Amino acid sequence: MKLAYWMYAGPAHIGTLRVASSFKNVHAIMHAPLGDDYFNVMRSMLERERDFTPVTASIVDRHVLARGSQEKVVDNITKKDKQEHPDLIVLTPTCTSSILQEDLQNFVNRASMSSDSDVILADVNHYRVNELQAADRTLEQVVRYYLEKAHRQGNLNLSLTEKPSANIIGIFTLGFHNQHDCRELKRLLQDLGIMINQIIPEGGFVENLHELPKAWFNLVPYREVGLMTALYLEKEFGMPYISTTPMGVVDIANCIRQIQKQVNIWSPILLGKKFDFEPYIDEQTRFISQAAWFSRSIDCQNLTGKKAVVFGDATHAASITKILACEMGIRVSCTGTYCKHDEEWFKEQVQNFCDEILITDDHTEVGDMIARIEPSAIFGTQMERHIGKRLDIPCGVISSPVHIQNFPLGYRPFLGYEGTNQIADLVYNSFTLGMEDHLLEIFGGHDTKEVITKSLSTDTDLTWNSESQLELNKIPGFVRGKIKRNTEKFARQNNITKITVEVMYAAKEDLSA
Amino acid sequence: MSIKISETLTFECETGNYHTFCPISCVAWLYQKIEDSFFLVVGTKTCGYFLQNALGVMIFAEPRYAMAELEEGDISAQLNDYEELKRLCVQIKKDRNPSVIIWIGTCTTEIIKMDLEGMAPKLENEIEIPIVVARANGLDYAFTQGEDTVLAAMAHRCPEQKTEIEKKIDDKSIQELFSFLPLKTKEKSNKSFTFKNKFPLVLFGSLPSTVASQLSLELKRQSIHVSGWLPAQRYTDLPTLGDKVYVCGVNPFLSRTATTLMRRRKCKLIGAPFPIGPDGTRAWIEKICSVFNIETQGLEEREQQVWESLKNYLNLVRGKSVFFMGDNLLEISLARFLIRCGMIVYEIGIPYMDKRYQAAELTLLQETCKKMCIPMPRIVEKPDNYNQIQRMRELQPDLAITGMAHANPLEARGINTKWSVEFTFAQIHGFTNAKDVLELVTRPLRRNNNLENLGWTNLIKIQKR
Repeated sequence: MKLAYWMYAGPAHIGTLRVASSFKNVHAIMHAPLGDDYFNVMRSMLERERDFTPVTASIVDRHVLARGSQEKVVDNITKKDKQEHPDLIVLTPTCTSSILQEDLQNFVNRASMSSDSDVILADVNHYRVNELQAADRTLEQVVRYYLEKAHRQGNLNLSLTEKPSANIIGIFTLGFHNQHDCRELKRLLQDLGIMINQIIPEGGFVENLHELPKAWFNLVPYREVGLMTALYLEKEFGMPYISTTPMGVVDIANCIRQIQKQVNIWSPILLGKKFDFEPYIDEQTRFISQAAWFSRSIDCQNLTGKKAVVFGDATHAASITKILACEMGIRVSCTGTYCKHDEEWFKEQVQNFCDEILITDDHTEVGDMIARIEPSAIFGTQMERHIGKRLDIPCGVISSPVHIQNFPLGYRPFLGYEGTNQIADLVYNSFTLGMEDHLLEIFGGHDTKEVITKSLSTDTDLTWNSESQLELNKIPGFVRGKIKRNTEKFARQNNITKITVEVMYAAKEDLSA
Repeated sequence: MSIKISETLTFECETGNYHTFCPISCVAWLYQKIEDSFFLVVGTKTCGYFLQNALGVMIFAEPRYAMAELEEGDISAQLNDYEELKRLCVQIKKDRNPSVIIWIGTCTTEIIKMDLEGMAPKLENEIEIPIVVARANGLDYAFTQGEDTVLAAMAHRCPEQKTEIEKKIDDKSIQELFSFLPLKTKEKSNKSFTFKNKFPLVLFGSLPSTVASQLSLELKRQSIHVSGWLPAQRYTDLPTLGDKVYVCGVNPFLSRTATTLMRRRKCKLIGAPFPIGPDGTRAWIEKICSVFNIETQGLEEREQQVWESLKNYLNLVRGKSVFFMGDNLLEISLARFLIRCGMIVYEIGIPYMDKRYQAAELTLLQETCKKMCIPMPRIVEKPDNYNQIQRMRELQPDLAITGMAHANPLEARGINTKWSVEFTFAQIHGFTNAKDVLELVTRPLRRNNNLENLGWTNLIKIQKR
């Protein structure tokens, strides 16, 4: 047992649901007790989804506990098949159902006989993997299922596309700025003259998955989700993959160079020419992206040597650390990730760019570390933002888990050349701005005059009796002043001089009339 | 599908495939209500992630609740439950020193049959902090019923009413028992008031303290003294209970608590409609008064006056139709109030319907329908959200009161929605707060009145496939 107030990564089934509901026309059925379908709330609220989240629950209740699910799961699957005609139904176990140890695979087998949809059982262990690992696993499972199916049916198309093309793997719902990143990646590949073969899982149809091997290579922008799929495709079909995250000017160039290497394996044979992306990299770096120029500009000088702390998922924390350290000259005192399963890779990535490394999923440990280091700015998740608030340290949010404000409507990619601009803005705005910082130091603060009274009106002839005073103190601080003013206004209008609890409520009622 | 609207109340029961919050969400408001408590939810990551996401910002205010997160070793019984819980509770005691620790049992503890009730008394003795066990799990309960399980468990901890004190209510010794009132108030109210209820009255249901004192005040106007609340602001102030004590509920989802109070604590239950809306509040007070043989004073005028002040809102809602998808058990009372406001209710979805505990409320609903000449709505227990959405498509209600999972998709399809959870967190009880209910109900209507002329109510594409 572990005493826990907060967690960075959710339970496994959330990962499975995120992948399933990112595909088009795929329905997930959870084998879960009432109330476990809060994933629908998250998706509907955070992503502001217009469509009903294609996730329902086959409810586990007392009866199920006593007698087993029996026909219930099968019925729910076939019912959903009739109602919505999905291409695929993913039966998703939850932590509750996994300890019931029912033979869900048997339900799946039976249901798939009577329904037109394909039915699979998500193969994740709830007590061993977290949300991100489960998402990675489920995506691989779905891809494998459809490629094996195509192989059996003999309609697997292994010929490469005429022009160079790529699959983008790992863009999905509730991902940190994923939609924007996806658009930016598409633009990047288009600029390079590379077609997009498929983007999975977001917006993809499972019926098209058998065409995945037609691409020349796979691009996996995030460490957390997609690598397993890419590895599978490499092993089965010899498809190369690129897993360098194109975040920050240096890594974008690295990523593009790897793409160049990949396309140049086939293009001399198929197209009779070789690609050279160096002029493109140079042009973008020096003139299109503003980030390289920004770090040269005198503004950025003020950031030199300032201390920062970075924490987040492996992809974002590693990339941001590298950007801060090599592209902006900021001193990263500590960098860390909650992706404990990816510890080795993470350490290797950030080793020379920071003073210390913290691998933990305990937010109190992160809080203590920040309090000890006292950086000028934090780059982390929403949790670090709150730690920052408490310690009065500014924080830029760079990774999940996030709130609704991190699903912006405006275009805010983190990847690609536009991403470098966004990151530069984020970093710059997070530190106290240069001159302001100096002036504060010299003159010792903005406003040293102490506030004598918080209320706007000076004391009046009105008296509050002790009971009403007590009642007033019960009202939450942020509305107390308003209630006090309204009550006094009401009292004055009605020539009341002594304010009692009754008067307070009368004033509240009067307000509506 | 044809939709019949019948003359009598009809009860239906569907598949139970509906969206609601897990009952462990009750810790969100109960830990704030009971100031000296600590809630320990014994469950898995799934429970923790729910609390973290559903309760949003509150989690960062150093809440007095935490997860005892079960790991693989706990599930397979490689670890000793008792020792593990002891370790965590000792830590909680050290860090927070609460007056009570409330263990919330979850689905997982049910399935692995962790004997929380058996362990609690033993551990209680060992660490010298009361431990209350409530099984608020999704296998048995929905959303607000979580509070019901906690209060029912707490009812066992209320001190026993001593039998000799049934003489007079303004007796000094009795006054000591009413320790929930500040000392000065006690003396003052004693001097200026004589209460007419011969027996103590305890109200049950967790309300924000301002709302609780508003309701107490309404009863005081009728010379009825409220001798305590379950729960009180502090665990140490739980009211005394006994066979001379009358109890009355303020919320429709408290049927287990009511049963426990009657059967185990021998209290007398006053079955009344719930004080939601001015009509409900009046009926609630009238019922309590009638039990104590007290004639009500100026209650009708008071109700009238409240209706008068709601005029602007009533003009907005009159004739509009509502569809309750159902998820928090407040539905019957809210529907009854909205019908009285002149709205038409097509369907009242509700997770669970206790016809005995809600009897008075159901009667009032029926009377209200007759009075307003409006067909009786259908009451759908354990609704099926998919079917409901089909029905809604046909009925096109002016307002759907629904959970957050469906709100945005319905809005995109041109149906106005109001999140049902807001009714659980807003102040909706008593005369004073009738306005707040209508404020909530009319918000989507008012918002959409402003946007109406823009011509983009439907915001979804026709599916290609």
